[in-house]
Amino acid sequence: MSLGGYDVEVQRPGGLATEEMTLNMGPQHPSTHGVLRFIVKADGEVMREAIPDVGYLHRSIEKIAEKVGYHGFMPYTDRVDYVAAMPCNQGWAMVSEKLAGIEVPRRAEYCRVIACELNRIASHLLSVGSMGMDIGAYTPFTHALREREYINDLLEDLCGARLTFNYMRIGGVAWDLPPEWVPKAVAFLDRFEPLIDEYNALISYNKIYVERLANVAVITAEEAIDYNLVGPNLRGSGVKFDVRKDLPYSVYPEFEFDVPIGSGEVGTVGDCFDRYMVRINEMKESCRILRQALAGVPEGSVLAKVPRKFKPPAGDAYVRVESARGDMGWYCVSDGSEYPHRVKIRTGSFTATSIIDKVSRGLMLADLIAVVASFDLVAPEIDR
Amino acid sequence: MKQLVLQLTGEGGALAGVPYHLVAALAMLVFGAIVVFVFVLPVAGVTSWLERRVWARIQSRVGPNRVGPQGFLQWLADGIKNMLKEDIIPTAADRVLFSIAPYLVVIGFVATFAVIPFSSTLVIADLNIGVLYITAVTGLVVVGVLMAGWASNNKWSLLGGIRSAAQIVSYEIPAGLSIFPIVLLTGTLSMQGIIQAQGWAPWHWFLFHSPFTFAAFFIFFVAALAEGNRTPFDLPEAESELVAGFCTEYSGMRYLLFFLAEWGNLYVIGAVVTTLFLGGWQIPHVTDNPVLLAVLQFGVFFLKSYFWVFIAMWVRATLPRVRVDQLMSLCWKYMVPIALVNLVGTAIWMTVVPARVDRLVQIAMTLAGVAVLVRFFLRVRFQLRRAKLRAVDYYYSPII
Amino acid sequence: MDAAALHQTLQARFGDAIGTLESGMEPAIRVAPAAIVGVCTYLKTDPALGFDCLSNQSGVDYPARHEIEVVYHLISYRLRHACILKVGVPRDNPAMPSVAGVWRTAIWQEREIFDLLGVVFDGHPDLRRILLPEDWVGHPLRKDFVEPTEYHGISTKRESML
Repeated sequence: MSLGGYDVEVQRPGGLATEEMTLNMGPQHPSTHGVLRFIVKADGEVMREAIPDVGYLHRSIEKIAEKVGYHGFMPYTDRVDYVAAMPCNQGWAMVSEKLAGIEVPRRAEYCRVIACELNRIASHLLSVGSMGMDIGAYTPFTHALREREYINDLLEDLCGARLTFNYMRIGGVAWDLPPEWVPKAVAFLDRFEPLIDEYNALISYNKIYVERLANVAVITAEEAIDYNLVGPNLRGSGVKFDVRKDLPYSVYPEFEFDVPIGSGEVGTVGDCFDRYMVRINEMKESCRILRQALAGVPEGSVLAKVPRKFKPPAGDAYVRVESARGDMGWYCVSDGSEYPHRVKIRTGSFTATSIIDKVSRGLMLADLIAVVASFDLVAPEIDR
Repeated sequence: MKQLVLQLTGEGGALAGVPYHLVAALAMLVFGAIVVFVFVLPVAGVTSWLERRVWARIQSRVGPNRVGPQGFLQWLADGIKNMLKEDIIPTAADRVLFSIAPYLVVIGFVATFAVIPFSSTLVIADLNIGVLYITAVTGLVVVGVLMAGWASNNKWSLLGGIRSAAQIVSYEIPAGLSIFPIVLLTGTLSMQGIIQAQGWAPWHWFLFHSPFTFAAFFIFFVAALAEGNRTPFDLPEAESELVAGFCTEYSGMRYLLFFLAEWGNLYVIGAVVTTLFLGGWQIPHVTDNPVLLAVLQFGVFFLKSYFWVFIAMWVRATLPRVRVDQLMSLCWKYMVPIALVNLVGTAIWMTVVPARVDRLVQIAMTLAGVAVLVRFFLRVRFQLRRAKLRAVDYYYSPII
Repeated sequence: MDAAALHQTLQARFGDAIGTLESGMEPAIRVAPAAIVGVCTYLKTDPALGFDCLSNQSGVDYPARHEIEVVYHLISYRLRHACILKVGVPRDNPAMPSVAGVWRTAIWQEREIFDLLGVVFDGHPDLRRILLPEDWVGHPLRKDFVEPTEYHGISTKRESML
């Protein structure tokens, strides 16, 4: 029969005919954190499946790398993950240095660590804030972004940019710490550290918030490893692995810090709340690293001698960096020329998106938002 | 107003000779129109401005502060802007339903003002079924929202409309059940009658009448928030989930009408709560001047109802949104049973508890309420002081 | 376990399917395409090796060698060690078995390699393009890829570089 122009299948006497609703969530949707699309098959509010459809932000950054050379690729790495651009900078710098065997001055390594950790806090603040916003609480978002502004100010002082930094260079960093910058950064930490507890008081243990996140989209440690989740998503499932600690790079071995993992304090280990809480706790650890690093910046130059015509010997190198979204793999093949033969960036968001199809089955529509927010997906990082 | 009409149509009045009913109906229409344009629309508008300012303060932002003093006229500017915008109706939409849906929603909230008693004399119509009338006409909002959701021919709108229908229909029940204890106590459904049964002092209010009415008050307020689609129950228009819910496809003035109704509803919630539980316009006997009395009563009523509007804004700025299954289980598993217990409890209370104990309980409850309030304010002061202590002399000047 | 020891272990078990140990900055073990699933299953399930995670899978085009190389970076979270496998497939017919049955992360990573380099993974549950549109012609990370001048009537060339 026809109802309002639609052909409707009516089954009698079994009652009303029902059909699955296909919802097209994205690419423009308020809470998909960029241009990300899900094809949701829903039975009312309950999702049968949510298939991610990625690629809307594919800018072929890996192909660009083959055309612009080693030095010229540095600004593009900012665009891989614009929320946490410093670790991307560092990944590219490290893989190039590893290919060419360049030693980085210690002061530069400290600058890198300081910049990366500040950026990590900024990224986690955005993640934590937008988590609240996706759940429907707007106040945590503005409070988190207020603190993020201070970090942006600090990083602007450091490198002149607030989002896409282009701070690091192969062999070091572009600019030394400005005068009087270290006390400013310490003052920020003095202000920021107690505020983390305030976020917890404001939102983390709010009854509704906990109800929304606890026991939602539980990912066991085996599944997380099988799907190659990394960073806070992996640690939320209870796997204590942090590249900074377990496969240390730069000067991280000199600092004392813990690796927070999901404890299932309000639900099951590996639920959305654990992934959220890991980020909150990681901000505290980043503050610890920052305090140690800011106190011990050595003297010296910040840039090693690197030829303008940078030609690393033929070979390939794989470097792991702990970005804000976890273990970020940089694979670079050099053929001995000025241009890389192949660059592959394996990002945390890419692998995290692949598990959404699996965890979303049987959840409610509103939970998909919580899941996406708890993975801290950044769309350009998925598509590159 | 009845006296006024009687005066006009009576001997020597300006309209002597005209039938009483005609004049009464005309007077009601004129007064209603005046109320709508002079009071209802500005109240909705000012509430929107207030909400944005309060919200901004809580979120350490500035909020609208450009149009008029402290941005007070922002709502006018927004209204004019939206009226000038193109009114887009999608091709696939059901044109008729799509066009009238916002008006139904607005009617649903404007009509409630007919029975809201602003003072002992300022009321459009003191219906003898006033409370029932309010529950009935707010039900019209569901029809409008559902129509908007269906007619938009958009899946997000449809989901929003269905969510809204399920939510409002469910929460009508605890809201209605929480009104019954008051009706039991007063024996009337008239809004004026309910207020007259209370007094100016807190221990005369039904809020502190007995533990059952105390619980009924909170159930009613929460259910009213849910009916008004307010956070934490703003699922029908949850931005992060359903884009904009039932108003996804709307634009221009029609879009604004939905929000006008939302903010207006906020005030209606406050007014009904004030009437039912907080003594309405009751003030101590200070003057016999009817005009001054009306102004004072109006002021008291207005302040009391705006206090609850403020509370609703505060709640919105603080709480996240519940999920749809949690919304339903909260209503059916907790609020409906508690409301039923309240109803039965009040009936038993009325027959069992003697009048003297009654008064003692009321005073004790008032004291307890004051104690809670004092504790609350001390806590707020403590937190504020701690925040001040912590504010280090920071290099960058914060915005606020 | 270092790469040389791992190479010997694998050679003892799989014989000719295991090629040379590429000594470079990071030693990599060459594996014949046909044996990759067996080798990976062994690497994952053997308790002494325990490579439970396929950290990175990437394809590299070598036109000079007429070969597309698929590189597997494995890591063991349990034993905290890593290894690299390299599989070369001919350029004109790049087909090899899929390891999606061993590590599920390979489902998406192999889709990406198929999309950008055109390696066909046999036995993959859902081998579709992932980043590029379904109707895209060619595989852009191949060295001989020529950028099309238009896509659905939209020119990809800019008149002015500004």
